[in-house]
Amino acid sequence: MDDHDHDHDHDHPQYSELSEMDARVRALETLLTEKGLVDRAALDAVVERYEKEVGPHNGAQVVAKAWTDGEYRRWLLEDADAAIASLGHVGRQGEHMVALENTPQRHNMVVCTLCSCYPWPVLGLPPVWYKSPAYRSKVVIDPRGVLADFGVSLPEDTEIKVWDSTAEVRYLVIPARPEGTDFMSEGELAGLVTRDSMIGTGLVHAPSGAAR
Amino acid sequence: MDTTAAGTLARISAAAGNELPLPPSGSEQVFAAPWQAQVFAMTVTLHEAGAFTWVEWARTLGRHVSGGRPDGSDYYERWADALAEMLRDRGIATEEEVERATGAWHEAAARTPHGMPIEL
Repeated sequence: MDDHDHDHDHDHPQYSELSEMDARVRALETLLTEKGLVDRAALDAVVERYEKEVGPHNGAQVVAKAWTDGEYRRWLLEDADAAIASLGHVGRQGEHMVALENTPQRHNMVVCTLCSCYPWPVLGLPPVWYKSPAYRSKVVIDPRGVLADFGVSLPEDTEIKVWDSTAEVRYLVIPARPEGTDFMSEGELAGLVTRDSMIGTGLVHAPSGAAR
Repeated sequence: MDTTAAGTLARISAAAGNELPLPPSGSEQVFAAPWQAQVFAMTVTLHEAGAFTWVEWARTLGRHVSGGRPDGSDYYERWADALAEMLRDRGIATEEEVERATGAWHEAAARTPHGMPIEL
């Protein structure tokens, strides 16, 4: 498959308790630190940002606002970069954001067939399955099959459109607002919006017990 | 029905056999091991410092992950390979330097009593 196998033993002492990957990544950090290119505090801050601050709750806030504020929704669909930045979610990889609205006529799904380009500022880091070659190839060939894998079935006449992310363009799916949620506040609605619904592999459901 | 992300993925994996992504182990953690977070953070930091563009990074990473396992479980191993290649190509660190520093960390680990922090 490839010529890199980090699991086998090199000529390091057998009693080292570091895995090969652990030692190799520490080595990269040591070299970059010696050259003054990174420092531990900056690295910790990045990890903290992606583990705690950046996540699907950011995207859920965007979606809930679009559901409840027609003006914001129009802005988001026309200029997602500005509309998302207005809520404080700004990308650092120079990505251009595009919002895709699900309608009864069209359901949008997002993939990155190249690697794992993903709208970090609004969704955080991608789940394992998003990065897997299995998802990346299957969603292009058989999006309806992938939806079925996720337990989602859509009417036959709903078109499914698959969008391939790149380093330059990232997509955020605006899922359909579920029926029976008219009484809910923007904050409550944000709590319903799942990560998968913003990738297009899920739908948003009203809380059980909501009026139909 | 278990509607957590892990539960959903477990059902998908069961339905699709070996071809499908592994559920994240336990909860929805972003990184499976500290080294994954470190290699990720180094890449983001270097990009933000202007060492490479994100397009260049995506292209390099894409080449490395294209040979990865179907379930994506070796994603950050491939990521580390891609970063090492970037450092090589930009004259920041040679493969020999990386090998030597990796060996130094193993030696440090070997002489450190279990439970103590490992330091070079």
